[in-house]
Amino acid sequence: MNVTLQNLTKKFPSRSKKGADVVAVDDFSFEIPDGKLIGLLGPSGCGKSTTLNLLSGLLKPTSGRIFFGEDDVTQLPPENRGVGLVFQNYALYPHLTVRQNITFPLENRKGKDRLTRRQREDMALEAAKLVQIEALMDRKPKELSGGQQQRVAIARALVKMPRILLLDEPLSNLDARLRLQTREEIRRIQRETGITTVFVTHDQEEAMSISDQIVVMKDGLVQQTGAPQAVYDDPKNLFVAKFLGTPPINVFDGQVQNGRLYIGSEAVLEVPGVSDQAVTAAVRPEGFILSDTGALTCRLSGVEVLGRDISVVSTHERCQNAAIRSIIPSQCQVGGPAVRFDLKPGKVFLFDAAGNRLF
Amino acid sequence: MEQNNYKGWLYLLPAAAFLGAFLVYPLIDVFIYSVEEGYNFASQTYWGVGGYNFSYVLHDPYFLQALKNTFILVLITVPVSTGLGLLISVGLASIRRLRELYQTVYFLPYVTNTLAVGLVFMILFKQTPYSDGFANLILSRFGAGPIDFIGGPYWAKMLVLCLYTVWVVMPFKVLILTSALASVDETYYNAARVDGTSKMRIFFKITLPMISPTVFYLIITGFIGAFKAYSDAVALFGTDLNAAEMNTIVGYIYDMLYGASGGYPSYASAAAVLLFAIVLTITCINLMVSKKHVHY
Repeated sequence: MNVTLQNLTKKFPSRSKKGADVVAVDDFSFEIPDGKLIGLLGPSGCGKSTTLNLLSGLLKPTSGRIFFGEDDVTQLPPENRGVGLVFQNYALYPHLTVRQNITFPLENRKGKDRLTRRQREDMALEAAKLVQIEALMDRKPKELSGGQQQRVAIARALVKMPRILLLDEPLSNLDARLRLQTREEIRRIQRETGITTVFVTHDQEEAMSISDQIVVMKDGLVQQTGAPQAVYDDPKNLFVAKFLGTPPINVFDGQVQNGRLYIGSEAVLEVPGVSDQAVTAAVRPEGFILSDTGALTCRLSGVEVLGRDISVVSTHERCQNAAIRSIIPSQCQVGGPAVRFDLKPGKVFLFDAAGNRLF
Repeated sequence: MEQNNYKGWLYLLPAAAFLGAFLVYPLIDVFIYSVEEGYNFASQTYWGVGGYNFSYVLHDPYFLQALKNTFILVLITVPVSTGLGLLISVGLASIRRLRELYQTVYFLPYVTNTLAVGLVFMILFKQTPYSDGFANLILSRFGAGPIDFIGGPYWAKMLVLCLYTVWVVMPFKVLILTSALASVDETYYNAARVDGTSKMRIFFKITLPMISPTVFYLIITGFIGAFKAYSDAVALFGTDLNAAEMNTIVGYIYDMLYGASGGYPSYASAAAVLLFAIVLTITCINLMVSKKHVHY
C-alpha cells in the first residue's frame, strides 16, 4: 500500500506567549511507493521524528493530509490506522515476558476481531520466528541484549499485520557492530513481509545502505528525495552534499571565470555553462586523481591506510574543511610536502552563495 | 584492612551510642518489663517472671475493645485511602489546567495539625445544644434523623474515626503516587495507544504494574501507621477513650502507663509486645504477597 503525504505541516505553539510558532514540518509532500523502505534522514531537530509521529497518528498535523492507499487517515486516531511503530528505546513492557509483549497488541482486539488464545500465540510465534527470537519467548526484556530487545519490538509491531511499519531511530541504541547486523536484518524483514516501511535516522550511512529511497530533511523542510545513489551523485544543494557521504565532502571557496573553476589561482576544472561568479565548490573524496601534473596543489599532512584504499589527508587555504580527505587506490605512492590532484568532473559540484546547485 | 577494623567501629560509634541508648535499650527493656510479674514502679521490685502480664492484657475487655477497634480501622482505612489516593493521583495526572491548585488542596491535610483537623471534624459531626453539626444538616435534607456521631452509637463513631484517618493519611499517598505516575515513561503509553489499547487496559496492564512497588510501599507503611493510630482518636473523642469505646492499642498502652488508671508499665509493655507481634506478622504477610505481585 502506498502512502501519500500532502502539504503536511506541523506547528508547535511557542513556549512564550508572544513568540512565533515552531514549524517542525513545513509543507511536506511525498508519495511512498508500495512495499518500499524509506529512510527519513536529517540532523537532529529537522522534523523527521515529527513526520513519523504524524504518520503514526500520535500527533495531528496543523494542515495537510495523509493517505494510506485511498483512505484519508488524517483525522484517524493511531489505533485505527493500522500502523506498527518501533520506538527508539523499544518501549517493551518490562513486567511482561517477550511472549506477552508480542501478544499485547492482539489482546486489544474486541468483538468480531477477537482472537482466541491459540490464535494469538500462533501469530506471536510466527512474528517471533520472522525476527528469530522464538527461543527467548519466556524471558523478560531486561534479560535480553539490546539487539534482542530491538527484535522483540519489531515483532510486536509486526504481529498485528500493520499497513505500514514505522521505525524511530531503530539502530541508535546499538553498538557499532550490532548496528551493521541489525540494519541488514531490518532490510531482510522488510523484504520478506513486503510492508511499506518508513524509518527515521540521523545517520546517513545507515539510511543510504538499506533504503529504497531517502528523504533528506532540514529545519522541517524536505531538501531532496530519491534513491540513495541518485541523491548522493546529484545533490540539489550544499546541505545535502555535505550531509551525505563518509568521509564528508570537501568544500572549497572558488571562482568561476570564462567557464573555468579556479581554486586560489589554479584553474582546476572546466565548468561549461556557469557564469562568472564566486562559488562554493564541493568535491567528493573519491573525486581526486593523484597526479604529478595535477591542477590542484595541497599541502600533505598524512596518509590513512584503509586497506583497499588510502585516504590522503591534506590542507588547502581555500578549503572550508579542517582537512581535505581524498580516497585513492592504495598502490599510489604519496610523499613530499605537497600533493597534486586532478578532479573528476562528475564528483565536483558547484553551489552559489545561497547553497543552490549551479553545476 | 583487617587491622583497621576498629576504625570503622569508631566511625559508627556516635550513631550507635544514640541508637543504643534511646532505641535498643528501651526495646529490650520493654521485653523485660513484659515478663516481670507484679512489677512495682516506685520500689522497682517484682515477684517473679512469667506470662501473667500477657494473660491479664488478653483478658482485659478494654484491650480487646482496643484490638477490635484497631483492626477495623486498619482493614477499612488502608484499602480505602490507598484506593482513593490512586484514583485522585490518576485524576491529577490526567488534568492539565488547575493541576497545581488541586495538588495543593489535596496536600493541605498533611501539613495541618492533627488537633486542628479534629476541631474541623467536631464542627462537621458534633452535636451541641445549638447545632446538630454539618453532617446532620445534610442528613436531615434526605429525611434522616440526627445521629450523634461523637457520643452516639458505636458504628457512627467508628465511621467518623475512619473518615478522619483516611482524610489525614491520604495526602502523603497522593503525593507519592503522583510522582510515581509521573515517572512512568510516556513512550509506554504511546506504544499502547498505537496498538489500540483501551484506557482501562492501559491502567491495569501498564500503569499499575509499573507503579506497583510504590503501591506496595504505601500499603505496608499504611498498615504499620494504622496499627499505631492513637492521636486521631484523641482528637475526636478526647482522652478518655475507654469510656467512648474508641480506644486503640497504642491508646491502651498509653493509658496503662500514664492514664487515670495508669502506672502499670508491665501491662503496657505486654500490650506493646503484642502490637509488635501483630505488626510483624502482617508486614511479613504483606512482603510475601508483594513478592508475587510486584514487578521488578
